[in-house]
Amino acid sequence: MARVVVDVMLKPEILDPQGKAVHGALPRLGFEGIADVRQGKRFELQVEGEVTEARLAEVHRMAETLLSNPVIEDFEVHVEGVASGKHRA
Amino acid sequence: MVTFPGSLDDVDAQRAARLGGHEAVPLWHGDHDLRGVDAVVLPGGFSYGDYLRCGAISRFSPVMAEVIDAAGRGLPVLGICNGFQVLCESHLLPGALIRNDHRRFVCRDQRLRIENTGTPWTRSYTQGEEITVVLKNGEGSYVADEATLDRLEGEGRVVARYLDGNPNGSLRDIAGISNAAGNVVGLMPHPEHAVEDLCGPGTDGLGFFTSLAATVLA
Repeated sequence: MARVVVDVMLKPEILDPQGKAVHGALPRLGFEGIADVRQGKRFELQVEGEVTEARLAEVHRMAETLLSNPVIEDFEVHVEGVASGKHRA
Repeated sequence: MVTFPGSLDDVDAQRAARLGGHEAVPLWHGDHDLRGVDAVVLPGGFSYGDYLRCGAISRFSPVMAEVIDAAGRGLPVLGICNGFQVLCESHLLPGALIRNDHRRFVCRDQRLRIENTGTPWTRSYTQGEEITVVLKNGEGSYVADEATLDRLEGEGRVVARYLDGNPNGSLRDIAGISNAAGNVVGLMPHPEHAVEDLCGPGTDGLGFFTSLAATVLA
């Protein structure tokens, strides 16, 4: 079984108050030199069988239908290794 | 009145509808028909625990398929707070609601200006009327791209705007909008919590529910 990862991030022009809160906390903890923080979501999909082009296209449809809201978010899909050790996608 | 798992204000909204002169019909998120209602209210709360994004899971519930279909045929639909988020996720209304810019939950009496009295939900008000109702949200900041905001303002689809300061970072102080046809309205503040003198900031919210009587009976 392969793992397909969908990363969802707020579009650059959308305010990210959570990222700002994290950014504000870093210097208080002594971590310096971070110019900005943006917080996103990561979905790991365990895909049964082969990760074909058609399967990936379907993951794209999942991402734009449910996993992200295209009005405020962008997403990226990538295939990450294999759990069964058969082959690397 | 639709109840989703996690809805909070469905019972208050039912009460407000009755005070507005209506029969309140409870609908469940799993229902596949709307039982012949004349209008639908999507109440506030945290439907499906706000998992994924506010309103994102609710939008795919069986009852919403019916609501989306009926809204397209002109059925009056009002989404309050979480209901507004569901309407945006359903693409019945443009834009989206994101976390408050100041990162705190806001709960207060809020003054609004009613800017569109042409919808089935706002006919009881006069153009420019200023009202005070309850506002309570954590993710109530309305955002849309500039072109969408210009279109909403140009077409008179901003139904209500915040007065006395922006409580959550909503672009152009927008508190509520309608779809192009006007039958679907989304509102972040809660008129259903301002319908009786005994509790809440007054009765300014009742107009959203009496407006409907004029519409449906007309």
